[in-house]
Amino acid sequence: MLPGQLTAESFAGYPTQARAFAAERLELLRNLPLAFVPLLLRELLVYDYKFPMERVDLERQFRFLGSLSAGDAAKHLEGFSKLRLPRDLEKLDWVNNPAIFSEQLTAHLWNTHQIDAFRAAAVLWVKEASTAFPDGPIPVRRLGVAIIGQGAGTNEYRLFRKLRPLGTYFPKVAKPETGVASILAALGRRAQAHPGPYRHWYVDGGTPVPVGAVGVTRVSWAELAPARAALQVKMQKTYEASVFDPEAFRTMMAQIKPVEIGLDAASGGDEAINRFQMTLITEGSGTQVFSTTFVQWAVREALRRAQPLTLVARFAPRQREKQMNELLAESSKRQDLDPQGSLVDADMGAYYHWLNQQRLAGAEQSGFLAWFEGHGEAVVVAPGFTKGTSSDAPVELANLLGRLS
Amino acid sequence: MRFHHQSQAISTTRRNFLQSVTGAAAASSFFGPSALKGMVGPGTRKTVVVTFGGGARDDETFAPDGQENIPHLMNELLPQSTFYTQMVNKGILGHYVATASIVTGAYETFNNFAAVSPDNPTVFEYFRKDVRRPATDSWVVAPSNGFARIGESGNKAYGAGLGAGVILPKRLLSAALTSRSDGARYEHLLRDNYETPLHAPSLTGHQIELGQMAEVLKLSVDDFSTHARSLASPDEMSVYVAKHLMKEFAPSLLWVTLHDIDIAHSGTFSLYVDGIKRSDRLCAELWQAIQKDPEYANKTTMFILPDFGRDSDIEPGGNGFQHHRTGDASSRTTWMMVLGPNAKQNVVIDRAVESVDLVPTIGSLLKFDARLSSGKPLAEVV
Repeated sequence: MLPGQLTAESFAGYPTQARAFAAERLELLRNLPLAFVPLLLRELLVYDYKFPMERVDLERQFRFLGSLSAGDAAKHLEGFSKLRLPRDLEKLDWVNNPAIFSEQLTAHLWNTHQIDAFRAAAVLWVKEASTAFPDGPIPVRRLGVAIIGQGAGTNEYRLFRKLRPLGTYFPKVAKPETGVASILAALGRRAQAHPGPYRHWYVDGGTPVPVGAVGVTRVSWAELAPARAALQVKMQKTYEASVFDPEAFRTMMAQIKPVEIGLDAASGGDEAINRFQMTLITEGSGTQVFSTTFVQWAVREALRRAQPLTLVARFAPRQREKQMNELLAESSKRQDLDPQGSLVDADMGAYYHWLNQQRLAGAEQSGFLAWFEGHGEAVVVAPGFTKGTSSDAPVELANLLGRLS
Repeated sequence: MRFHHQSQAISTTRRNFLQSVTGAAAASSFFGPSALKGMVGPGTRKTVVVTFGGGARDDETFAPDGQENIPHLMNELLPQSTFYTQMVNKGILGHYVATASIVTGAYETFNNFAAVSPDNPTVFEYFRKDVRRPATDSWVVAPSNGFARIGESGNKAYGAGLGAGVILPKRLLSAALTSRSDGARYEHLLRDNYETPLHAPSLTGHQIELGQMAEVLKLSVDDFSTHARSLASPDEMSVYVAKHLMKEFAPSLLWVTLHDIDIAHSGTFSLYVDGIKRSDRLCAELWQAIQKDPEYANKTTMFILPDFGRDSDIEPGGNGFQHHRTGDASSRTTWMMVLGPNAKQNVVIDRAVESVDLVPTIGSLLKFDARLSSGKPLAEVV
């Protein structure tokens, strides 16, 4: 099937809002190149479960397409149109299974040395759509906080090595015992002052601390233990099969539904959050077994998809490295933790947290704080904090947070 | 064009730092008197190749922040080596297919997770056929089951019976443990590939199995298992087996693919760096073993190279060090170190070369023609 053959009935299997969205934009979809339209449909298929900012992004791409003449649209999508695709891809049910199309397209592009051309076309497309319809202003400067090193004792690793050149290093943070409470209180205040769905997040790599404020979206390693255990059983079965097929495995993971691993909207959950949490552990690599990876990936995905105004991430010790079947038996065995290795993981995770925050609107005004939990080291990257400097004066986290709000 | 510029920027940063630390000569002075050439000893030449399977970035190796992870490469081996700052891999960035591309000198395009032989002749086949060498003269020590067919291609003019012996130490250890009750003590040596969360393709190659180990390696199952208990990782086991091969057969062509670094796919930065530190130490150990062995000393060229890099931190389509999926400059550009009698010491080569150039280069050293390779011999080390 080619895009020009799309009809409203093609989307009969889509959820309600996605189906209506596609029907309204049928003519646009029919004129897109085959290498492009399934990738757009992959996003559209889950429109009903998307966060508000994701919908804005998707709508922006269609608005941009709708604003172009036929000639201009062809020019902007030339990078996709020029890709050489095999006929096999046309035969796939890319309307209802765009993820499978995407996987096969990727393999084909690598095999035929076209992946660089595809990558360039994708980067250009996103840039042009964003330039044509830029993000609006945000109500308050964005704030990211990374709490790292829970449970780590004496440390000889030079922390914040990538963040220090970007901001001010504070080696004498006072009252570290009140640090977590101060940070979560600041999160609660921001949630109250700038309310909105999925605008303020708290991600914890262990058992979360109660925030005591409404309007904070919370995701944690501990609360996902039942879902993880259910998923690990499925993974273990695949792992122990006599013949392992990685592609079938990926397809199996991609087709899991929230209810299959206990993430059920019917039990009072939020469908968007349930699906978000599910994808963290079905699409992430290592998120099923290492809590530090889980936090880093959850932060990346929350920032990319929900674009929160505030995101507090608290890393906790992960389990030690073992054979995969041992790692997957997490729920049935006593955990052997690695706090020092987790500190190093989290230090890099904090840097990635900042990097991903800087990809969002208002980056030049955003603030970021990383702190070694229970200890006196922190770094702040924000306007007003001189890059590459160190401040030896004792300072409390509450004070730093006040300067960032 | 953008990619080319990024590659150059990466290598320029590394080159400048290397020069400031080591006083390494630039390519422009390559033919000058300052570059010392190692002494060429008598007898047949030998080649040892070590690839860092799992991909390592500049950031964690030769960039300023990474140098603390590679003290042996920096301080011991670099001053003795010719160092290529831009080794570019233009092929598919999956470990098996990328290693196969390096081994054949041609960009292979098969499914990375399939148990298939490379399409093009391997370096081992060229060597054995052209130089008329026996099977015991070329060996591969590879990390995971997925590499079982790396030693021999499906090319009709070469292929069957002309490949290298393949040893998969993890496979041997796993088989040895089926009859023992203390398997838990070895679990750290049996870790799996993380490129996909669970990767364990079926075996269909010509690897040495447990029953052949005593006969081929002159190593009993008990001795192997006992020694394995003292090792920290699969890569240590690979180097242990490689040294054993050197002692038993003194092969002219020995290829070792290290793979601990691939733990990066699990997203744990500390374990990824641990893998790099281990690879650094093991490369030095192997070089020292070469220098102490009369069969190898002064007549062995050793090549050390990551199979490719990993995604850049700033590439929005990736997730930094964790994967090598974007095909950006950071994931395609890495380095190569060459040590031995043909490699001038303390020299840095800036020009971009490709990972497929390695096999024709070995061909020039060992006197075979890699006729189906798309690469070219590296003039500086042949």
